[in-house]
Amino acid sequence: MLDYLLSFLILTGAIFTFIGSLGLVRLKDFYTRLHGPTKATTLGVGCLLIASTVYFSTRDAGVSLHEILITLFLLITAPVSAHMLAKAALHIEIPSLAKIPENKVSEYKKTRSEVVKQAGRQEVNPSSTETVKPDV
Amino acid sequence: MLEIVILIALALVAAAVAMSFWRLLIGPSVPDRILALDTLYINTIAMLMLLGIHIGSALFFEAALLIALMGFIGTVALSKYLLRGDIIE
Repeated sequence: MLDYLLSFLILTGAIFTFIGSLGLVRLKDFYTRLHGPTKATTLGVGCLLIASTVYFSTRDAGVSLHEILITLFLLITAPVSAHMLAKAALHIEIPSLAKIPENKVSEYKKTRSEVVKQAGRQEVNPSSTETVKPDV
Repeated sequence: MLEIVILIALALVAAAVAMSFWRLLIGPSVPDRILALDTLYINTIAMLMLLGIHIGSALFFEAALLIALMGFIGTVALSKYLLRGDIIE
């Protein structure tokens, strides 16, 4: 019975790890690629670490809790690193394949850096009539 | 049965390591490569855990914990460098 539980956990973890890396290779642009490996972190490695906990707890005398520590650490740090990566990618303006929302098309005809540049010029010359800042 | 499952799982994780290494090589932009490094260290943790069960030794936890810590710090430092042009201001 324990063997079946362990096999199930290990196979689930390995398959999710595999799918995460498959997504990293196959998806089309950076922002969708960012989505793939998070599955590998939480479900994949989580399942493997729980399997390891169960295995060493039943094999040895005491309860083995090292792996829980790693699971907690990964669960805490994965969103932080994904957030930092997405922020860096937005900062250096990696292109996205996502469609522009319908009501924003006219604003986004220019690239973002042009908007920023024009906004700076507008600040210097406030009497200019053309509006650059989008209404929120 | 557990032995066969562990071998299959090791093969799957090895394929995952190979694929993230491929993304590290071809990644068109810098954040892609950082993301590939991030995935690579997570796959390494999975592989170390499987190896620990396979060999039956509890010595791999410390290595996995160290890899998790250093990998997180590395990812954050690299993204911070991209974001600000500097790591510690």
